[in-house]
Amino acid sequence: MKLVTAIVRPERVAAVSAALERAGVNGLTVSQASGYGRQRGHTEVYRGAEYSSDLLPKVRLEVLVDEGALGAVMAAIEEGGRTGRFGDGKIWIIEVRDAVRVRTGERGASAIA
Amino acid sequence: MKFSVLAVGMATDPQVLDPGSTAWMLTASALVLLMTPGLAFFYGGLVRMKSVLNIMMMSFGAMGVVGVVWALWGYGLAFGPDALGGFVGDPFTNFGLSGLTTSIGSKAAGLPDMIFVGFQATFAIITVALISGAVAERVRFGPWLLFAALWVTLVYAPIAHWVWGGGIFGPTGIIGSKISALDFAGGTVVHMNAGIAGLMLAVVLGKRLGFMKDPNIRPHNLPFVMLGAGLLWFGWFGFNAGSELAADATAALAWTNTLLATSAALLGWLLVERLRDGHATSLGAASGAVAGLVAVTPACGFIDPIGAILIGVIAGAVCALAVGLKFKIGLDDSLDVVAVHFVGGLWGTLALGFFALPSTKTAGGLFYGGGLAQFWPQILTALIVTAWSAAMTTLIGFAIHKSIGMRVSEADELSGIDVTEHAETAYELLMVGGSFHPGDPHARTDAAEAHATAHAGTPAGTQAEVPAGTKAEAEGEAVRGRVSS
Repeated sequence: MKLVTAIVRPERVAAVSAALERAGVNGLTVSQASGYGRQRGHTEVYRGAEYSSDLLPKVRLEVLVDEGALGAVMAAIEEGGRTGRFGDGKIWIIEVRDAVRVRTGERGASAIA
Repeated sequence: MKFSVLAVGMATDPQVLDPGSTAWMLTASALVLLMTPGLAFFYGGLVRMKSVLNIMMMSFGAMGVVGVVWALWGYGLAFGPDALGGFVGDPFTNFGLSGLTTSIGSKAAGLPDMIFVGFQATFAIITVALISGAVAERVRFGPWLLFAALWVTLVYAPIAHWVWGGGIFGPTGIIGSKISALDFAGGTVVHMNAGIAGLMLAVVLGKRLGFMKDPNIRPHNLPFVMLGAGLLWFGWFGFNAGSELAADATAALAWTNTLLATSAALLGWLLVERLRDGHATSLGAASGAVAGLVAVTPACGFIDPIGAILIGVIAGAVCALAVGLKFKIGLDDSLDVVAVHFVGGLWGTLALGFFALPSTKTAGGLFYGGGLAQFWPQILTALIVTAWSAAMTTLIGFAIHKSIGMRVSEADELSGIDVTEHAETAYELLMVGGSFHPGDPHARTDAAEAHATAHAGTPAGTQAEVPAGTKAEAEGEAVRGRVSS
């Protein structure tokens, strides 16, 4: 079992989520994040005073997947998240030892099915 | 502002109630009072999330303190019979508003005296509230209320008496009998006064921690700022058109000029921003509108609509340029009270020297055939009001700050003045954890003590072994026991 974590543009979340659904993913955790990569921050002006922000708003997606579905999930996130410009985000994968479905106590693959 | 009006051709007795004007002044006074909650929103959006309740409470606190002080002695000091050679009014004649509850026409023809009192009270309230923006996010609430009471007594009331109460600038006053300045609705009494007072109080109290360094010191809610600016604009029609103290053609002129100057100032500020910074901002639109309202305040009943537009557009541009000055001198006038109210009020006051229409009160401004005759009285009045306000505000500020202290501690300022001064937060950001003790203000303290006592007997290092569930349940029992007892 793997944990796929993706950082994507906020405005691409709906597209990523739809692509994941088409790929058969039936569970997704979404949280707000800020950060920077090659796309740097932005500048705001209040009454003529400039404020530079190093961080940009991003969204973090987390999906638990079985080994077999990994390729399809990665492709779905790439497809939904890509604009081709700096700031499209990253995807990374972590090995997961186990998972429990809290309602039933099921473990392993059946917990995330 | 004028205090006795006889409509031409009508031998109206000023002691006879004028229902039309009375109805308008009842309405106008309520409009002006609404400006202070509007200001609370305007200022509230400009501060950080952790200070929004405190800055709004500085306005609401002024509504409390100044309202009561006004009734007890403030009104008498401002509008009572001359005392000390016209320097103040006599506060004893109408102490507690005695003798005014049924009288009509003492201050304005056909108006019950009580609505004149009420109208003027709303002016005193907002003038004090305006100052708070210069010292936002760092003033203890109790000392602020004390400041409000002292300031309205020693600064606002005397100046209101000079300009509007028949004092030294009045027709028979030592200055007013020689030169006659124009101030329709309070460019000097309200805006220059509050602006310079804000500046001096900011000097006395010093800057916020992180001023000019911390990038998080910036407006937290611009929609609040827009809402506040809208409420201020709405209320300002009562402020300016109400200052005619009658429902007549001059009030209508003041109303329309209040619209036009503000419209033009909004554009003037945005134009400067677009050229200088590249974007027209919502904060610029709100700030420009307020700058225009300030500048047209002294002038609104004395100018024509083109004059109002010119005064407004210049006010918007000048104030937009003035907001940067505080960073050059390192003065933390937190919400730009000086740049908007002092500069805008000064411009509007001086602008009468150029734009005033000829009337029984003036030969007219420079552009209307009066030469510079009206300009010099405007400058002189502005200087005297500024000097008195600056000196007395510094004195009051120092007296409070050096005795009981006016600033919150550094730790409280960093953690947030809303929680430390008011035990509240404006926004619920993380809705997990905590506990609730209805009707028992000491429960939280008791629970904390019980918790500390329980753990005092536990050897260090073994605490982690206590099952988390057991501990939480034990505390839950304690709380239930307290509520049921």
